[in-house]
Amino acid sequence: MKSATFEYIRAGSTAEACEALKQEGDSIKLIAGGQSLIPMMAMRLVRPAWLLDINEVSALKFITTSDDGHRNAVRIGACTRQSVVERDKALAERVPLLRQALGYVGHVQTRNRGTIGGSIAHADPCAELPLAAQILGASMILRSSSATRTVPAETFFAGPMTTATGADECLEEVRWPVWDERRTGSAFTEISTRHGDFAMVSAGAQIALGDDGRCVRASFGLGGVGQTPLAFPRLAQRLVGTQLEDEAVRSAAEDAAAESDPGSDLFATAAYRRHLARVLTARVIRAACEQARSKA
Amino acid sequence: MIRPVSDRETDKTSGFRYIGKKRRTKEDPRFVAGRGRFVADVVLPGTKHVALVASPHASARILSINTDAALALPGVRYVLTGEEFCSQTDSLHIGVDAPKVTRYALAKDVVRYAGEWVAAVVADTRAIAEDAAELVEVEYETLAHVIDPEASLASGAHLVHSGHGTNVLFQRKFVWGPVDEAFAKADQRLAFRATWGRSSTVPIETFGVMAKWDSAAGLLDIWASIQMPKYPDQAARALRLPGNAVRVHFDVDVGGSYGLKRGIKHTVLVGYLALKLGVPVRLIEDRLENMRGGDMHGPDRFFDMQLAFDRDGTIRGMKIRAVDDVGAYAGRSPLQLGKPVGAICGPYQIAAIEYEPISVMTNKTPQEAVRGFGQSPTNFAIERAIDRIARHLGMDRIELRRKNLIRKDQFPYLIPSGSSYDSGDYHAVLDKALKAGDYSALVRARDQARSAGRLAGIGLSTCLEPSGGNAAFELLFNPKNETTTWMDSCLVRVDLSGSVTGVMGTSSSGQGHETLISTVIGEVLERDPETIRVVHADSLNALPSNSPVGSRMAIMLGGAAAGAARTIRNTLLAIAAHNFECSPEDLEYRDGNVSIEGAPSKMLTWDQLVEIAHRKIHKMPPGLEPGLQSQFVWGVPTGGGLPTADGRVQMYPCYAFEAHLVYVEIDPETGKPMVKKYVCGHDCGVMITPDIVHGMTYGGIAHGIGAALYEKFAYTEGGQLASGTFMDYLIPSAMEVPDIRIVDHCTPSPLTTFGQKGSGEAGYLGAPAAVANAINDALDPIGASIDTLPISHLALWEAIAAAPNRQD
Amino acid sequence: MTDKLYPIEVEVNGVARSAMVPARVSLVDWLREELLLTGTHVGCEHGICGACSVMLDGEPVRSCLMFAWQADGHRVTTVEGLARPDGSLSILQDSFCDSHALQCGYCTPGMLIAAQGLLYTNPRPTDLQIREAIAGNLCRCTGYQQIVDAVRSAAARLAKEKGQR
Repeated sequence: MKSATFEYIRAGSTAEACEALKQEGDSIKLIAGGQSLIPMMAMRLVRPAWLLDINEVSALKFITTSDDGHRNAVRIGACTRQSVVERDKALAERVPLLRQALGYVGHVQTRNRGTIGGSIAHADPCAELPLAAQILGASMILRSSSATRTVPAETFFAGPMTTATGADECLEEVRWPVWDERRTGSAFTEISTRHGDFAMVSAGAQIALGDDGRCVRASFGLGGVGQTPLAFPRLAQRLVGTQLEDEAVRSAAEDAAAESDPGSDLFATAAYRRHLARVLTARVIRAACEQARSKA
Repeated sequence: MIRPVSDRETDKTSGFRYIGKKRRTKEDPRFVAGRGRFVADVVLPGTKHVALVASPHASARILSINTDAALALPGVRYVLTGEEFCSQTDSLHIGVDAPKVTRYALAKDVVRYAGEWVAAVVADTRAIAEDAAELVEVEYETLAHVIDPEASLASGAHLVHSGHGTNVLFQRKFVWGPVDEAFAKADQRLAFRATWGRSSTVPIETFGVMAKWDSAAGLLDIWASIQMPKYPDQAARALRLPGNAVRVHFDVDVGGSYGLKRGIKHTVLVGYLALKLGVPVRLIEDRLENMRGGDMHGPDRFFDMQLAFDRDGTIRGMKIRAVDDVGAYAGRSPLQLGKPVGAICGPYQIAAIEYEPISVMTNKTPQEAVRGFGQSPTNFAIERAIDRIARHLGMDRIELRRKNLIRKDQFPYLIPSGSSYDSGDYHAVLDKALKAGDYSALVRARDQARSAGRLAGIGLSTCLEPSGGNAAFELLFNPKNETTTWMDSCLVRVDLSGSVTGVMGTSSSGQGHETLISTVIGEVLERDPETIRVVHADSLNALPSNSPVGSRMAIMLGGAAAGAARTIRNTLLAIAAHNFECSPEDLEYRDGNVSIEGAPSKMLTWDQLVEIAHRKIHKMPPGLEPGLQSQFVWGVPTGGGLPTADGRVQMYPCYAFEAHLVYVEIDPETGKPMVKKYVCGHDCGVMITPDIVHGMTYGGIAHGIGAALYEKFAYTEGGQLASGTFMDYLIPSAMEVPDIRIVDHCTPSPLTTFGQKGSGEAGYLGAPAAVANAINDALDPIGASIDTLPISHLALWEAIAAAPNRQD
Repeated sequence: MTDKLYPIEVEVNGVARSAMVPARVSLVDWLREELLLTGTHVGCEHGICGACSVMLDGEPVRSCLMFAWQADGHRVTTVEGLARPDGSLSILQDSFCDSHALQCGYCTPGMLIAAQGLLYTNPRPTDLQIREAIAGNLCRCTGYQQIVDAVRSAAARLAKEKGQR
């Protein structure tokens, strides 16, 4: 299991990376943490002619939790290690769902190397971070040698391992919206056979309640049941204004499961995934709601 | 922290100085320092590397192989195909009488499973060898294939080996005792099928082998990650070399095996390449090669069980039809249906048994020996039967077991299939496990969980671990085989400085043999085991060994080391008797010094005695060899017999017993199981090193949890291995394995040197059964059951969803 | 298809090492084949088993999931670098021996790296935290029980030693 032969370029800056992408186009592959890419190369499922390493670009490693002109968003540099994000207490308070999702990502060793941007750019429909981005409506900042653009999660994730990133673009930053409602709760869960494995189905939700206990804002989503991680804005909107009674939660979960489009594999049939989608959706909405209610 | 508890009343170890004591092992320090020496760590200058070209088809004819492009790649030294290899080497040894089921490392003409090796590329680096392997062009014509063992048994099935005329490798119906009568007279009968999924031990180190041919000396040196009886001999035979032209270096650490590491096909391939090319050649399987073409899958078996029993719970008779899918080639694997004959009634008094083992081939990766050699699947089937009888009768599972377990006063106990169980106190061990697990509290916890809407279950299993491995099943399954000798041996040497060295003739894969030998020699010679060195001789220096299979080394290697050490001790006594002009009976041996009994000042010290033995022949008794070393070759106790016409034979000599108690909960909405509590009562006689015994038992339980819930080599209908990586073959991690409590009991074996029994397969022999029983107990209230392993999340959810009494 | 070579400088177990490596050589292969630091083991080469775990700048990573050139300019610690400065076993290594937290020894180096990484960041871990920290390291021999025992005991010994200082 040795990779096919290739050459590498180490980018010293984002600009350098973008320049290399522009020059080499399709024959070049960006490597960040490499925790998904390298096994695929070892199995020779992927064989890039060039690897462009952005691990040494310090400008891609940051967490900005303060409001510095980007109101209500936490900015994370694409090459920030997952373990660094996991340990950031300020971030855990402002984007708790991200912290919860990270708890399910791989193992200590892979989180020490894997990056936030790498996982999102890889866009595995079963992976936790793309789902968290989808639920929270994160924005991806894509940079090329000529321009920078912002792509929302709903259009960023285009299919299995496919994103809106152009061949000459580099994911530079992920902006995570911060909900400023005081009574906000969030929850993330998944079913995988073993701890740390990719989920058969994963689910996350974030709920904000008003003082009267009514839902004022809601978002939830599912991983592993479609071509991309799925969010359900329309169904979430239906929860707004309710007291999140059992019936409201149940029907949201049922409709989300019905709208999902799972496939079958060795470990789960489509029917099982759809069932899990319903069960887990209800669970995360209830758990997020509980957490929000606990904030008097 | 919960530590294993020892039973002081019956603890025979109290009389021992080193045996049974908490002592650090000899091996651990080098491993924690990163100084183990595994096969991939052996460095020889100029070594070339092998990568393999594997068949993408489950069944196909090879039309042509073009190696030109591969050979043209810089750094490529050779590409070997089956055409050349099969003409220059001989077929590997087969366990049953099936001469047409030949087996070579490389396929010739036909491939019989996806992943089978078709060509071997030799290059300067492994990476270049892989590059070249991709360039080997093989043209195939696909053929019909068969994946399902029942389809393989049906008439008209595709023949995996057409020359053999059938896909059945072995089939025989054994009838032991009045089976018809038992079934006719019993109050009740019950039938069901239990299925054991294809899993294996899957060590974290793959198989690896390196060979170097010295043409001047005419000697082939082999370093390998091996645990296999008669390995040097089989390698030499297949390579058409005299036995003494092959030297296997047994000082290579083996990174886990549990019965499995038998890379004889790899060895013949690499040996041939080393001979042919005149350079050192190595093949270290990568994980993909290992899973698909390493020929290391385990039993893949279903049992059609029939039970006859009375209303009071007395089990009168049992019929077992066991169909085992060994994959595309034979090897030793059919014999994994043979070992269970030695414990075919489990720990129970069942007087009438019919056993029909059927070994069948399919177009899957071949099977190899797995921890327990077929006993764990059989125990699973028997234990499911016991629980099903209890449920059928509405009887408590523990009471049913107590009623049928062989009693302490019945040993030695002759079972219908001809083996005599040496000793045991099954009721006491079961009671200890129940007490340690606080069974009544567990029942309360289960019932509370149930009333809260959860699925919760308690599982029990009471199982045997036959130990002291011999070869009796070979004779039973192959009348042309008359191997009744299955020895092991040890050499003990005391050098001029008085230091003691033990020499063993096989490799170790984590069992702590150096600790075992030094402890035993220390015990007999009354010398500190810390000071005793143990070495692994190479195969040309070694005394005969049959390797650490069949839970045999505590018994066999321990017995051999004790025998050799006793001879040393007797020699020292004889030297002292000669010098004191007295009889050895008048002497006292203490700490290696010998004195006249009652006159401690009349003493010859260890150093003085060693000095005499090595240097002063004038002080030696006449006829005694100078120097101080002794070898001892020990045969398996109770071994040596041939089977009777109706297939009764004494299998292994010793029988360890384990009683497992497991508590599981299942999320009724998702089907996710959680093993929440685990207790194992264990009696393997006298434990020589308790930490080692406990370690192997913990590991066996974890492995058993894997077999019960997680691990499976799954195949697609097209014959492709669907779980060929560690992402889909799921070995349990520390998060899936619960805290385990072991409770020791000690019923010494009357057949062994110190009362020890084997324990290398402990835990694994009862864990799958106990976990399956716990899951079924949890499913019982909703009217569901699952008798197919592994019990995946999906299988659980499907069973729950289809359950008649499901509560939503 | 001859591989181009790239210069790297890596501090391995406190020693500066420089080398020319092909781009495709993994960190574990470089450590083992070129530096002959064979304590780090290869188990799956696809990032699941954890046998190849090493410390990169003091944090456990899988060395099969890194190319050697990615370690350029960084600090790598392998199992050979875990001993005390005088070469004797560290408290963690010694605790592994005391609890017999290994059998075949193949997963052990990776297990030690994972456990050491935990103790750096969490000196008094609970059993669950220990299990989580080693969950990315598969062991087939021990059922993990004696490993958890060893890490717990090492934590206690380290705390005691710190208290005495």
